[in-house]
Amino acid sequence: MNDALPSTTREERLAAMLGAVPYFRFLGMTADLAGDEMTAVLPFADYLVGNVMIPALHGGVIGAFLEMTALCQLAVREPLRRLPKTIDVTIEYLRPGRAQTTYARADVRKIGRRIANVHVEAWQDQRATPVAALRGHFLLSLPEAEEAAPA
Amino acid sequence: MTFDPQAMAELGARMAQGTPQAAALNFRLVSVAPDGAAMAVPWREELVGDPETGVMAGGVVTTLLDHVCGLSVSCAMIAARGSFMHFGMATLDLRIDYMRPAEPRREVIALARCYKLTRSIAFVRASAFEEDEANPIATAQAAFAFTGPRPPLDGPAMEALGGGSVS
Repeated sequence: MNDALPSTTREERLAAMLGAVPYFRFLGMTADLAGDEMTAVLPFADYLVGNVMIPALHGGVIGAFLEMTALCQLAVREPLRRLPKTIDVTIEYLRPGRAQTTYARADVRKIGRRIANVHVEAWQDQRATPVAALRGHFLLSLPEAEEAAPA
Repeated sequence: MTFDPQAMAELGARMAQGTPQAAALNFRLVSVAPDGAAMAVPWREELVGDPETGVMAGGVVTTLLDHVCGLSVSCAMIAARGSFMHFGMATLDLRIDYMRPAEPRREVIALARCYKLTRSIAFVRASAFEEDEANPIATAQAAFAFTGPRPPLDGPAMEALGGGSVS
């Protein structure tokens, strides 16, 4: 992330994050940008299943997808020196994640010098019937706060 | 107590590799008990969340915590009922606090304890660490809802779980 300098575009910052972090590839997750609006996409795959009877996506996979969406949205929003560190997340499970593509959008509710509050919602067929939501706090290393940033 | 240690061990072994995502992450059963369970996830390159440090992604720890929390509820159900088979279960919420990054290239263990079981809800606390529970990577709190037929929780088995009050 050190090359994600302030002069980079949103597209470059998002591509740098998606390309640099192996876990995105493990999940098979991608993200599309339309201006400043980002939609994360998690195509269904058999190995993501947690309950074979339904079948349903693993709750941890949905939580991970929501958290990674928040990290991507922060990279889109700000030129960061380093990856944001997750401080805490609360994941609410609303419906089973079925065997189909899942989408997510994140809303940066507050971004301070050190800490961001992000809400994320994931859906499948209809955005109005979300499968899960996440609220979380993330520790940032913004360029101007570099001296104050923790190791 | 009516719990069957063998049923728990079998369940634990099945939970470790029996679902596709657990198998993909190569989860390993560490222990099972009437009110709790522990599982581990080995480090590997493709699970890294921070390429600068080699630290495993938070999402992997989230999945391990969610999985072992569910297993601890099933263990508590076996202890209280002798079986968990008739009940579906859904995670209501999962709160995770990250105290520090996991150490790179090390296995992470998650230990969960189902500390309260009612007719409709199970409450669980969990933590993730490399070897010392007193030095956690993350702590978690989760609530699960039983989605199948409601289990009757009366009887001596519930006393071991701290009572059989009903919500």
